[in-house]
Amino acid sequence: MNTYYNPDDLKKFGNIGEFQKELADKFFAYYGETFKDGALTAREKSLIALAVAHALKCPYCIEAYTVDTLEKGCDEAQMMEAVHVSAALAAGINLVHSVQMMNKYKELSM
Amino acid sequence: MEFATKSLKSRANELARVEKQLQILSNTATNGNAHKSFTNKLKESNLFPLTPTALEIFQINVGKMCNQVCKHCHVDAGPDRKEIMTRETMQRCIEAIKISGAHTVDLTGGAPEMNPDFRWFVEEISKTGVSKIIVRCNLTIIVANAKYNDLPEFFRKHNIEVVSSLPYFTAAKTDSQRGDGVFEKSIKALKMLNEVGYGKTGTDLNLNLVYNPSGAFMPSSQAILEQEFKKKLKTLYDIDFNSLFAITNLPVSRFLEYLIASGNYESYMDKLIAAYNPVAAAGVMCRNTISVSWDGFLYDCDFNQMLELKVATKEQHVSNFNLKTLAERNIIVNQHCYGCTAGAGSSCGGTTA
Repeated sequence: MNTYYNPDDLKKFGNIGEFQKELADKFFAYYGETFKDGALTAREKSLIALAVAHALKCPYCIEAYTVDTLEKGCDEAQMMEAVHVSAALAAGINLVHSVQMMNKYKELSM
Repeated sequence: MEFATKSLKSRANELARVEKQLQILSNTATNGNAHKSFTNKLKESNLFPLTPTALEIFQINVGKMCNQVCKHCHVDAGPDRKEIMTRETMQRCIEAIKISGAHTVDLTGGAPEMNPDFRWFVEEISKTGVSKIIVRCNLTIIVANAKYNDLPEFFRKHNIEVVSSLPYFTAAKTDSQRGDGVFEKSIKALKMLNEVGYGKTGTDLNLNLVYNPSGAFMPSSQAILEQEFKKKLKTLYDIDFNSLFAITNLPVSRFLEYLIASGNYESYMDKLIAAYNPVAAAGVMCRNTISVSWDGFLYDCDFNQMLELKVATKEQHVSNFNLKTLAERNIIVNQHCYGCTAGAGSSCGGTTA
């Protein structure tokens, strides 16, 4: 399949160290540590990751965290609510900028 | 995928033949380094040949008859399966239990309670003095017919540990795996078990639930899932239980059918193999378990039983149970064994690593 996004490439993520090992090792160590149980549970972190994956529209991450949240016992309603949080925030981010538009409008208008 | 209401056998599905299943399992090597043979993987971990430790669990499958037709069933059980253990074979089992040294007898099926000699068998096993008797109860059997309504009381009387499958705390995900209406009936049965003291603090009546994923994915942390199940079942239904066992679905029988039909077989095997854990491999249940089939043959585990891979000893039947040769045998392994060694490991008692 000749596309920019190839599903098989997700499995090759670990290979990024081929071109720069030291930074890759540091990244994966940090990544692994971040997702462990801490003040938030691994399950909560996985739902956050699923929401972020949608916000940043990363097909690899959407696949990875759909599987991960499923494995961690989340159901479809919980997963969809996480995506709605991401969507609501995106809408809110657009709309809160309208205050700037309103400010400028008022500044320029009689 | 549509819900089949009959076993593979009665649908004359080619997967009802174990040769077909073994052929599919042995042909998994299609890409890269992923589909290594399980034997080679064990060799790398210095665990081949896999040998038994002391025999602790005597597991008996009293028959393939069941009131449910779960989509993931590795037994291919169902109402249309008539193979059940006779009282004579049960008697041979009792004799074998006495010389086995096992501290636990684990009864499974099908729905073991549907065997007409089930209660007699439990009473006879109690007399052998084993310290624990487990019944793998599918819950719905308790409410399937008035004659089973007193099962919670029967279990209590014999201090049985009840182990029951409940894939999720919602109807949609439970019913998609176990059949329409199963969740509602399971909740009713769990309440009946709670009423006689099962799962309640202050009693020694253990009610453990089994979680296995309703789909082509692996279970995650048993502890996290248990926490979530406890919270939800208590708040939504006022149900108590003791422990949750997270069990990985093995690519055998109807779960294999599901994997192939849904196009998930290759990726599921990839996932199990990539998650191979040598610590889980060292702790696999077949090392301390013997599994007996409805017709009295001996196997290393219930999965090997369903693939008709008998123990590698001269005496393969419970009627000539030989503890010495069983202790000296090598355990039969195949590609399905990756299911028990993935991640935190999987056994009939949950995670192993």
